[in-house]
Amino acid sequence: MATAPERTEGAAETTEARDEVAGAIASRFPGTVAADSHGQPVVYVERGAWHDLAAYLRDEERFTQCVDVTAVDHLVDVERASIPGVTLERFEVVAGYLSHPRNRRIRAICELPADDATVASICDVYPGADFAEREVYDMYGIVFEGHPDLARILMPDDWVGYPLRKDDPSARIPVQFKGDPSPR
Amino acid sequence: MSPAPFPAPEEERLERQTDEGSQQLRAARGEIISDGVWPEGDDTMIINMGPQHPSTHGVLRVMLELDGETIVRSKPIIGYLHTGMEKTGEELTYVQGGTNVTRMDYLAPLSNELVYSLAVERLLDLEIPPRAVWMRMMLVELNRIASHLLFQATNGMDVGAVSMMVYGWRERELTLRFLETVTGLRMNHNFIRPGGLAADLPDGWRGDLAELLTAVEKGVREYADLLAENPIFLERLVGVGVISTEEALARGVTGPILRATGFPWDLRKAQPYLAYDDVEFDVVCGENGDCYDRFLVRLHEILESVKIVRQCAELMPPGDYRAQDRKVTPPPRARIDESMEALIHHFKLFTEGFRVPPGETYASIESPRGEIGCYLVSDSTGKPVRLHIRGPSFYNLQALEPMAAGALVSDGVAIISSLDPVMGEADR
Repeated sequence: MATAPERTEGAAETTEARDEVAGAIASRFPGTVAADSHGQPVVYVERGAWHDLAAYLRDEERFTQCVDVTAVDHLVDVERASIPGVTLERFEVVAGYLSHPRNRRIRAICELPADDATVASICDVYPGADFAEREVYDMYGIVFEGHPDLARILMPDDWVGYPLRKDDPSARIPVQFKGDPSPR
Repeated sequence: MSPAPFPAPEEERLERQTDEGSQQLRAARGEIISDGVWPEGDDTMIINMGPQHPSTHGVLRVMLELDGETIVRSKPIIGYLHTGMEKTGEELTYVQGGTNVTRMDYLAPLSNELVYSLAVERLLDLEIPPRAVWMRMMLVELNRIASHLLFQATNGMDVGAVSMMVYGWRERELTLRFLETVTGLRMNHNFIRPGGLAADLPDGWRGDLAELLTAVEKGVREYADLLAENPIFLERLVGVGVISTEEALARGVTGPILRATGFPWDLRKAQPYLAYDDVEFDVVCGENGDCYDRFLVRLHEILESVKIVRQCAELMPPGDYRAQDRKVTPPPRARIDESMEALIHHFKLFTEGFRVPPGETYASIESPRGEIGCYLVSDSTGKPVRLHIRGPSFYNLQALEPMAAGALVSDGVAIISSLDPVMGEADR
């Protein structure tokens, strides 16, 4: 995976100034990069801070809800937007947080290498992440450590493979129409 | 281990078999219950509700652990309608994507199309003309009316008010008929597209719309007369399936279920998109967070949506119904007959689609079921790297467990019904 160039201090200040929560996270968790994606605040968090970030957002920044947890597989990207200061990896886990009292959102992204796609579960902080983390595990094989019941959720329990990975092609299993008469 | 020297007597063998069988069953049960603990004393039993139970709105399966008739624990099991739509989304161009997402929440297809289009437009940095904005708003609100009418019908049927089903279906069918005159289809419209809409409003739409809204208002009054103070209906719903605001927020619940707990959160008001800033409407919210409040919230939201649609019809601006960006919108039909370039342009757009600059974004709107979101990642090609739809039903189903704990089995039916899940969206 390509390593992006070093982040310059000036660039960091401008993004921090744009969103106060992203700025606070960047100063609280070293190694975090605050960015702006089409007007939406995004923080790229290191894997070790994933769980602490959730607890911090809930307890100190009044983020009341974890809206969504999902993942992306960047294996075959033709072109990928580089974020200064972030080492891009194959997998990204994405969590969206929403603060009702402050009426603002923030998106946290964690880069995960292909050979060790593991991250801490945030289920104990936001119980609503339960199904979402199971779905990500089911579709990408990304393991959430500390999840109470990390089982497949959409695919059958005995399914082999992770369907949304880019190296798991669709139409891998031929469709059979039993009893369908031949057209000839 | 060496084999037994003599074959065991028939009775003993049978006994051993049953014992082993029950041990296996116990182990299986232990896995089924989420924390792996099976209560002492075997006073409870596990039954499966669904996936073919008529009250489960499609193919939801709920495992219920019962103590007599009381639900001790419950666990929704989903995935029966999983068709890999997010994977399909990665293989379709941005032009084709609408046909895919519209089939997720099949009771509110226009919401899916809208959130997808908003995400694509944000990545493209595309402004859409005012008429398209107001048309989108009007159609989405009509779709909300249709969806909530269907809820009134099925919720009534689930708790035993069977005639309610016919009434709710009657008004919903009128709404769908209007949507059909506008979009050409009753459902799965693929009408809201990146860049605007597929077509302009048809001639005479104002008359049809006024008629429809009068009929819907009359219908809602009838439902209220029939159900809102009906003692049998109250008996079935009041105090059943209570959830607190804190619990709902923690479990990712959004939409009418969250508002029924007395938490007035509506993305249309809180984080306005389209032109919700310019119309007047109220956020309906309940008090107790029970099945009855969820029924009332949805009933009154129909009337609020009617208010919004009226304002849309009144304020509908003239102009174009799609952005005139040659990269995104196809040339007008008449141009294709006279211009070779327009024909090529049209062909390229529908075979290859348009390219979207690399980046990621999350768009979210208030669908009839709650916050529907679209997380979209592009790598500068004509197809998305990732198209994720945050389905409100998927998250709302997590509220089933706290709601159903301690309820009776028959209340379970009312609770599932009041969640109003659409499995097409939960399973995608």
